[in-house]
Amino acid sequence: MALSEMHAEAVAGIVDRVATRYKRDPVNMLQILREVQEACDWLPPEAIDRLQTVLGVPRTKIEGVAGFYSFLYTEPRGKYRILFSDNIIDRMAGSQPLIERLCENLWIEPGKTSEDGLVSVDVTSCTGMCDQGPALLVNNRAITRLTATRIDEIAELVRNKTPLSEWPADFFKVEDHVRMADIMLGSTMQPGDGLRAARERTPSDGYMASNMRSWREGLPSGISGPSAMLDEIKRANLRGRGGAGFATGLKWEACRNAQMKPGQQRFVVCNADEGEPGTFKDRVLLTAHADLVFEGMTVAAYTIGARRGFLYLRGEYHYLLEPLNAILERRRKENMLGNDILGIPGADFEIEIHLGAGAYVCGEESALIESLEGKRGTPRNRPPFPVTNGYLDQPTIVNNVETFAAAALIALNGGDWYAAIGTKHSAGTKILSVSGDCERPGVYEYPFGVSIRQVLEDCGAKDTQAVQVSGPSGICVGVDEFDRTIGFEDIPTAGAFMMFDQTRDMFEVARNFVHFFQHESCGFCTPCRVGTSLLKNLMDKLHNGHGSPYDFAEIEKLNQLLQAMSHCGLGHTACNPVLDTIAKFRPAYDQRMEHDEFKPAFDLDRALSEARQMTRRDDPGAHITGHNVALGEEA
Amino acid sequence: MSHTFTLDGKTIPFEDGQTIIQAASKAGVFIPHLCYHPEFKPHGSCKLCTVKVNGRQTASCTMRASAGMVVENNTEELNAERRALTQMLFVEGNHFCPSCETSGNCQLQATAYHLGMMSPHYDHFFPSRPVDASHPEVLLDFNRCILCSLCVRASRDVDGKNVFALSGRGIKTHLIVNARSGNLADTNFTLKDKAAQVCPVGVILVKRNGFAVPIGERRYDNVPIGDSLETATEGR
Repeated sequence: MALSEMHAEAVAGIVDRVATRYKRDPVNMLQILREVQEACDWLPPEAIDRLQTVLGVPRTKIEGVAGFYSFLYTEPRGKYRILFSDNIIDRMAGSQPLIERLCENLWIEPGKTSEDGLVSVDVTSCTGMCDQGPALLVNNRAITRLTATRIDEIAELVRNKTPLSEWPADFFKVEDHVRMADIMLGSTMQPGDGLRAARERTPSDGYMASNMRSWREGLPSGISGPSAMLDEIKRANLRGRGGAGFATGLKWEACRNAQMKPGQQRFVVCNADEGEPGTFKDRVLLTAHADLVFEGMTVAAYTIGARRGFLYLRGEYHYLLEPLNAILERRRKENMLGNDILGIPGADFEIEIHLGAGAYVCGEESALIESLEGKRGTPRNRPPFPVTNGYLDQPTIVNNVETFAAAALIALNGGDWYAAIGTKHSAGTKILSVSGDCERPGVYEYPFGVSIRQVLEDCGAKDTQAVQVSGPSGICVGVDEFDRTIGFEDIPTAGAFMMFDQTRDMFEVARNFVHFFQHESCGFCTPCRVGTSLLKNLMDKLHNGHGSPYDFAEIEKLNQLLQAMSHCGLGHTACNPVLDTIAKFRPAYDQRMEHDEFKPAFDLDRALSEARQMTRRDDPGAHITGHNVALGEEA
Repeated sequence: MSHTFTLDGKTIPFEDGQTIIQAASKAGVFIPHLCYHPEFKPHGSCKLCTVKVNGRQTASCTMRASAGMVVENNTEELNAERRALTQMLFVEGNHFCPSCETSGNCQLQATAYHLGMMSPHYDHFFPSRPVDASHPEVLLDFNRCILCSLCVRASRDVDGKNVFALSGRGIKTHLIVNARSGNLADTNFTLKDKAAQVCPVGVILVKRNGFAVPIGERRYDNVPIGDSLETATEGR
């Protein structure tokens, strides 16, 4: 047998094994591709050949999905695939010299695979470790607290082809860094307490929830727990913690009351695709309070009448998969999942974990559902909304990790208790992921209404110049705004809180964010696909010293276009960091405005750099200056 | 039951389930578009058909009409934004109208004229996109692809073949064909496919047919897009 045939047979064996475990159902395509890659190091054409047969789907569909996700490779990327987190906070912690050091150590160029096929080194969007960066992923496993020494050790391990399982455990240690705990991070609720409390609830006076359907059609009529639970969520005034702040009670009620065709069911989806750069609070919740999250999902299922749930976990948190599955298993044993939960007849609910594969846009709820269905993570046209037409076109609620944790607390303690915490329009607490220039980065839980200044004081921030609240798509707050507060009345946030002291260049912060949006644009709609690239080019033009007032006008025009024409929130917010920093940190931009009049971005001398590299020349004759060519001026 | 909404002040009747662009076309009002085609499920990606509904912008190919809607379409603001989107499509790919076989039949070019686009405005990206000449009857010139996905939808929904799909992400999104080799010749694509007839630009080109109709006597040379609504919306 020829070697290639043996190879094809081995690959087919892997594909069959993985696909069978996922019931050969194309809806599990992303999970199947991810696991095949874990076994093969990439997705060889033979694997796609076999998947075509096994799943009964055309090659175009498989390649379309594989091509969408950053962590899936249709070209060999090495036995060790190293991706440095490239958020501005990682950069401030010194990630760039470390990337260079590792590349030099391994004799490779960033973004390319070594000639012996052993290793590749590249960058990826924020991996959610800003409180313990610089960080990287090696074959999707997180390594934190990088130093020059650690980088050298990694290079040695790679060169010696040491299996990942034998690398020092300390490399993979992820700290929780809980610095300030309140009702959620300080919760001592025992698994099942929330569910038991929900079960006992009966409608109280001033009932708000509509009761169009009893939970799980077919249950004995007259069961009041679910609608009473919905009432508590409404009383609690709980709003979505993903940033947009939609009223959770309304969402649940809409899903609960959604019409279903025969054979359809309702779904509960937990959005743990925590991709906003600088956010890591869901990582901590899922590490230290996973029971709270699963309990909240089960309470939601009880309330809306769902029988299946998904936790969509970002690929960067792959290391959490095993412990989370163990917790799910324990809850099954304790009858908090499965059939007839806690003895309630017909109360069936199961939770599955799906992993993402490196796509920020999948944090958008309809893109997340597409991804759950094994497709490209492109946001859907809306309406209809997921509450009526979600997973497999059936009624679905998608909520943030923190929202479900809050729901569990509300199930136990009631809506009035929760509504009394925080402010009038922002009930409860908010967990902030605090990182950047401060003494104590980590997670901080506050009742809503806390001022920026208070957070800065608590985390030991000094000489703070700016705070980027809620990540690149949020807002940049300057010194004169530090008395503003966190909450839906003032500054809503999904949780990121990145601080920059006076030594930082706010232009480079904005440029990093613009590069992020360009990399993460899904490419579906014209304005975002092309606009984010144009914006990136403009910021790079300014960075390269070719900026003029004309470019400012261009940025503003692009912003208007992206906000007006984009398909989803990614495009709507992609210009935020630039506009905010232009408005508040103009000197950082002025410094780069070397020209009063328009200046082309094209630089003839720069264009020759590749040729100089190839010929290994850097002498004056290999450069073009303003004296010898009219087009190219001194770079 | 029939209802009405207003489009630039004109009363437009519609039937339940119709989108704004469907109702507008039927009433003889042109809304610029590229990825929309009346025979296929709307995609909503090019965003050229964006209109203002009660002051809020939305794609008219995916938004269903409802009674009493106030829709703005042919305004300077919207046309300027559509022009910018068209310019974006021009710089994203490699569009050289004077040497393109589709010149005069091209919906992108015709739309650019319609919107008064005088220059590409933005810096060209000049992407490297090799052509696929493997198929005996058809040439694929990916340089002109605007990712409208009409060929994807036609092949999937009409031909039942899935010859085309979009792969990649963001600015690297690109059209692929259903063959391990990546060559059209290795797919079951034929000239008779619906997918062979829906490209609004010059990606899917029939071989040995070039310039059979001279430039100047082609479709949009005779009737500019939007001037005759029927020709503008029924596809080539």
